[in-house]
Amino acid sequence: MITPPNYTPVPGVSPEPPVMDVGHSRVRLALARSRLAWQSFCQGWSIFMESRIGMLSLVIIAIFAVMAVAHPVLMLTIWDADTYDPVTGYAFDQFEQPAPPSWRHPLGTDPLGRDVLSQLLWSTRSEFVLGITAALVTVAIATTVGAVSAYYGGFVDVLFMRLADLIIALPGISLLIVLSALFKLNLFYLALVIGILGGFGGTAIILKSQALSIKVKPYIEAARVAGGGHFHIIFVHIIPNLLPLSLLYMMFTVTSAIFAEAVLSFLGLLDVRMSWGIMIHTANTGGYLMGGTRYWWLVIPAGASITLLCSAFYMGGRALDEVVNPRLRRRNN
Amino acid sequence: MTGYLVRRAGQMVLTLFLIITFAFFLVQAQPGDYSAFYALNPDLPPDVREQIRESFGLNKPLWEQYLIHLRNTVTGDFGVSFGHFPRPVMDVLIERLPRTAVLFLSATVLSFYIGFFLGKAIAWRRGGVLEYTATISGATLFTVFTPAFALMMIWIFAFRLGWLPVGKFLDPLVWRHAEVTANFVFSQMLITAALFTVFAFLVLYAVKKTGRVGLARWVPVPLALAIVVAIVAWSLSSIGGLALDILRHMILPIVTLTLISFAGTMLLTRNSMLETVREDYVMAARAKGLPEKLVRDRHAARNALLPVVTSLVYSLIFAIDGSVIIEGVFSWPGTGLTLLQAVRTEDLPLVMGAMVFIGLFSLLAHVIVDVLYVYLDPRIRYQ
Repeated sequence: MITPPNYTPVPGVSPEPPVMDVGHSRVRLALARSRLAWQSFCQGWSIFMESRIGMLSLVIIAIFAVMAVAHPVLMLTIWDADTYDPVTGYAFDQFEQPAPPSWRHPLGTDPLGRDVLSQLLWSTRSEFVLGITAALVTVAIATTVGAVSAYYGGFVDVLFMRLADLIIALPGISLLIVLSALFKLNLFYLALVIGILGGFGGTAIILKSQALSIKVKPYIEAARVAGGGHFHIIFVHIIPNLLPLSLLYMMFTVTSAIFAEAVLSFLGLLDVRMSWGIMIHTANTGGYLMGGTRYWWLVIPAGASITLLCSAFYMGGRALDEVVNPRLRRRNN
Repeated sequence: MTGYLVRRAGQMVLTLFLIITFAFFLVQAQPGDYSAFYALNPDLPPDVREQIRESFGLNKPLWEQYLIHLRNTVTGDFGVSFGHFPRPVMDVLIERLPRTAVLFLSATVLSFYIGFFLGKAIAWRRGGVLEYTATISGATLFTVFTPAFALMMIWIFAFRLGWLPVGKFLDPLVWRHAEVTANFVFSQMLITAALFTVFAFLVLYAVKKTGRVGLARWVPVPLALAIVVAIVAWSLSSIGGLALDILRHMILPIVTLTLISFAGTMLLTRNSMLETVREDYVMAARAKGLPEKLVRDRHAARNALLPVVTSLVYSLIFAIDGSVIIEGVFSWPGTGLTLLQAVRTEDLPLVMGAMVFIGLFSLLAHVIVDVLYVYLDPRIRYQ
């Protein structure tokens, strides 16, 4: 029996060899897996860091995340609900609405006397929730559809791919406009519709082509020889390898979801309380937009936020593309 | 090639059928039905309400309603618009389709050329100032909040500078004493543009047939002559001023739509060029001592074009959606604005008609891109 160098036997207790249980090897496997995942994450991260645009977009997204967190904190500490509520508040301290920026209202107030900064921060959170929900729905559907149609081929493949062709050929914003005429669309349904359209549409095709190249790898064959069922192979071996690429398409879905929300609520077709699009809608229907720079605080914060967050997710996706797709990388020699 | 086209057309018909079916069941899925527009009037006695439902065929079983809807749609009968009351939906849409087509086509062609040109330039000089400015400004324009951007363009060019009209299709003051309708003038303009395109194509084809490279330098001469002839003919005619008015209203929407949609093509071309410049034939072309410009345009860019054309479908759909928004902001009375107005006034027959039209439009664009691809890539042609 091998004893560790600093091992001193406790008197009266006989040393027992450690019991090898089944769970132990599982834990070790999981540890090894997570170490590998961490290594490849670090590699990807260093490639991502090289791209200046990618870093910039990450910083912008982080700033917006801080903004989203800041609103509830501010409401709990220094902002009272009567004045600063994004929907029902009224700035009693101003004589004229919309009021220009001041110390109490850093971005002024809107035509209905509500604080613009509060509206901006409040909307940030719902944009994030919308974008991420839509992206998760898209990725969940697209990876499953892609993996299943690559794995089984044949009729399932034809069915899903023709469906994807059909959805690609549909103009999404126009379809959402029609849907908003027929049903009450709120943020959740909007995220669901965008997610379903994205998931069964173009993303499924791209993930399927990736899944096709995974399907012929030796480890899939090994899994099949070891007795893995269809379900096991698809969900344990194919889908985890699709995840890096699907992360990329999550970013693009977030962009399109935020954009669609902004356009629809700008047109006044959505059933939401407050959002960046509604802020511009309020300014536009009040006739303040043709005032140009005179009422800048009604338009520029919201418009710039939409553009910045959309392009940050888009450019972040592009930078991620260089991590996921080795052919785009710059050669260092 | 013919077999491919036939198959593609068959698929298109099937897809159109699916879109019509989808539109029908979408209306069925919403609470209430068509008759609600008329029958919700509280003064109506119940038997009259029942009569209205009967006259609309709404008391029939669902499958029968669906068959009637299908037959009517195929024969081009979308019913009567609620908003433009006595006019049939088809009439409204036919009037507005050419306006959307012009806006969309010119913006797409322009943005494709600009995007392709810039994309190959920035891929060729990787890491330069041009790359960063073009990528960042392109992506910003691509993801910019379209309505706000369009309003900003109106504010700068129409409101502050006063160079161009604020929106709409024509200026009523100019047209007050006009004896022709706007659609007549517009269709004449379309015919002129189509004739010019055919002429330009024929000239290019003829030059290519002769096979003399030096002749290519003289191509702009007949084209410029044709433009001069067209301008003279139009200014001599009585409707020249009216056409100029429509043209002035067209500039701002087209420029805006081009600006927001060129970046997609640009970024794709860049990525695709980055892959082709590493190919051996590009190195071979360099080794032959060909000038850089020739290597870039004839050897790298030609092959980089294929994936860009494949993805053109995405940019087309993007441009169709963009044109709906642009039409809304500029009050350009095309299919998109019709859709928006119909949605706001709950004019369901017009909504469905416009949806089917926009779907048909994007399907056609899809098929044209596919045919273009077959023309460009011989590997598909000979299958």
